[in-house]
Amino acid sequence: MTIEDLTRLQFAVTTLYHYLFVPLSISLALFTALLQTAHLRRVRRGNTDDTFGRLSLLVGKLLMTTFAVGVVTGLVQEFQFGLSWSSFARFYGDVFGPTLAVEGMLAFFLEATFLGLWWFGRDRLPALVHLATIWIVAVGTAISAFVILAANSFMQNPVAYTIDAQTGRARLGSFSELLFNEVNLAAFPHTYAGAVMAGGALVMAVGVWHLLRGDYAEDTREFAAFRTLSRFGAWALLAGGGLVALSGDVLGKVITQVQPMKMAAAEALYRTTTGAPFSIFSYAPPGSDKPTFSLEVPGFLSFLAKGSFSAQVLGTKDLQDAYVAQFGPGDYVPWIPVAFWSFRLMIGVGMFAVVVAAAHLWVTRKSRVLRPDRRLAQGLLWSVGLLPLLPLAANSFGWIFTETARQPWLVFGLFKTADGVSPGLTFAEVAASLAAFTVVYGALAVVWVKLAVRLVRKGLPEIPAPAPTERAADDEFVTTY
Amino acid sequence: MELSVLWFGIAVLAWVLFFVLEGFDFGVGFLGPLLGRTEAERGAAVRTVGPVWDGNEVWLVAAIGVTFAAFPDWYAALLSGLYLPMIALLLLLAVRGVAIEFRGKHDTARWRNRCDAALAASSLLLAGTWGAVLGVLVSGLALSPGGEVHVQGWLGGLGRSLDPLFGPWAVLGGFAGVLLTTVHGATFLALRTTGVLRQRARRLTIATAPALLVVALALFIAAGHAVVAAAAALLAVAAVAAWRRAEALAFAATTLAVAGSVVAVFTAHLQTGAGTGAWVLLRSTLGPSGDVTLGAAAASPAALHLITVAGVVILPGVLAYQAWSYWVFRRRVASGPSRRTARPAAVGRAAR
Repeated sequence: MTIEDLTRLQFAVTTLYHYLFVPLSISLALFTALLQTAHLRRVRRGNTDDTFGRLSLLVGKLLMTTFAVGVVTGLVQEFQFGLSWSSFARFYGDVFGPTLAVEGMLAFFLEATFLGLWWFGRDRLPALVHLATIWIVAVGTAISAFVILAANSFMQNPVAYTIDAQTGRARLGSFSELLFNEVNLAAFPHTYAGAVMAGGALVMAVGVWHLLRGDYAEDTREFAAFRTLSRFGAWALLAGGGLVALSGDVLGKVITQVQPMKMAAAEALYRTTTGAPFSIFSYAPPGSDKPTFSLEVPGFLSFLAKGSFSAQVLGTKDLQDAYVAQFGPGDYVPWIPVAFWSFRLMIGVGMFAVVVAAAHLWVTRKSRVLRPDRRLAQGLLWSVGLLPLLPLAANSFGWIFTETARQPWLVFGLFKTADGVSPGLTFAEVAASLAAFTVVYGALAVVWVKLAVRLVRKGLPEIPAPAPTERAADDEFVTTY
Repeated sequence: MELSVLWFGIAVLAWVLFFVLEGFDFGVGFLGPLLGRTEAERGAAVRTVGPVWDGNEVWLVAAIGVTFAAFPDWYAALLSGLYLPMIALLLLLAVRGVAIEFRGKHDTARWRNRCDAALAASSLLLAGTWGAVLGVLVSGLALSPGGEVHVQGWLGGLGRSLDPLFGPWAVLGGFAGVLLTTVHGATFLALRTTGVLRQRARRLTIATAPALLVVALALFIAAGHAVVAAAAALLAVAAVAAWRRAEALAFAATTLAVAGSVVAVFTAHLQTGAGTGAWVLLRSTLGPSGDVTLGAAAASPAALHLITVAGVVILPGVLAYQAWSYWVFRRRVASGPSRRTARPAAVGRAAR
């Protein structure tokens, strides 16, 4: 294994890990804001039922624990370009640096500061101001996602830059052009909807788990609350799934335009084909250019790529020849099995989660409740443990596909991955840091899961009464300088 | 004024804000378990930073982001040259953040004790390691002309980026970091708590400040930097103010001492390239050809222009709402019974 391989592995591990917590933070912030808004509307109408308030507190607690891990692992991401990829940072700093700086200043400050205000400010802020703090967090997470995806979209489809003749480095042209990269315009809704799916699956699982465990009698408020939560999560999962499919279709067509090699790799399409089929499953022995077995939907790949069942789709072999002519000798074909399977798993796993959500909505339609003795309900119970993992897995497969099928390029057509590694870095350093990341990240994961399970197990939290001691202490401060 | 000079100023400001704000966070992190004898007292100590630590830590995101945006070469040289220390800092920050945030989310004594232990250990190590890294900035890195440290070092290459931590400046920086953080955290705790915690924190300030004063004076004699002398004077002010129960003044003094020290570190070598007129951001111990200079490390005018527009629009807002969040949480945190709370009528003016 070379330093480059190990550094790439480290980047993949730290990034995929970070991205388990990001989509959950994005969606749980949105859900907390929505639930608290519902609560406040009820309070304003004189309704004393505090179900939505308590639900917002439960989801908010999950948000706080998730956000904490997301923050500390996100910090690693921001340092990583200088730590392990300093040549890349020098080449690309002019474009990437401002993007990261703007994300930090514009969005991350908002999220961190206002999340603290939301959690600790419950009895210090007027109700509407308190509600505004969590909405600011939710909007901040969306801005973060948009700006960071703009940086990634540049790596998929470089725009708004010039190459400095003197230094050979990328120079930023227009920032708005960078933000509104056509890849980003499709990738942002796709990623955001994927995040909503992740949070939806989590809260749905929490609700279903309490209903089926029989913690509460059917006529209690808690039972009604968890029924509401499970259906809320299922609707979010369903809506997110719909938007993921739509935006994914648009994104696929854009990527076919800007990175035809990626889509060819996703389909393992060796030769340029007119009216190309989409294979759901295929097996090709190593080294062969034709699968020995495959299950295909005729013309569907052409439709996915170009919007027409008879359109021509370029194959990897022809693209390789074209790239050699354009960029010089080299291997421009990414690792096909990874591209092929991550693409299918992303779609398949995500679709499965949507089916589970639809089944739950059907079973609990109108005022029906889950019956643990019915077969479909038992199936649901079996799937709740798995359910929160499905959209997270789909998100991860999506990123694996996006990032590995761009190889050997770091910035497509401009800068190769092999040229980006920090030149001074030693093998021992990367190995040691990878080991340290594995240990600490592993421990964080165990603690997070333990804490999340405990939070969920405890059931619906009560809305805490204001702490009286701190009010008394306040008088003291006023007279102290 | 050149934009690159302005952005050097903004980068240093972001680093100063990070060390000032997280400085007392780190101090509270290891002083809380030390000064809080009961779990309620330890909880009160953590609650003084609970609402704001996350916003404080974002100044690190801002500092490193601004450094990357305005001076990509500085960012690349600093981080790749200090690879392992930086990884250690990131992992310690991870443990610390999670320990603070998870502490109150589950209510058993064992859980809280474990979180407190993790918080104290990581906070102390962070204060020392950040201090050492700032010390390295004073002594410089073995940068070759490309801006990289290529020395293999001991332990099959591990020494490449660990070695700088064992220089005299780094060791001194580590000590100074822990001491300064102790005083800064103690003045903050005294300002933000009531009862026994407040009394103990005040006593700790009075006890530690003179020790730091000695270190600062030694540094002043060694380096001759005027800022170090100013920091020493400020620590004397902090000790006297704590003794006179002027807690806000004591905190202001340690804040200025931390800020001054950080500014001194970041400007330590600006003038060393005086012969060539180039401002040195990061000194190379291998000779001037490896120095990272302000002019060469700066991003293109277009990028600087962009972040100037963004910064002018966004940063005042950030400062405003962060100040507001401190205002919202301005109340002291109660830390259990003390002589004063037993007689509520005496609370108030007696605090002076």
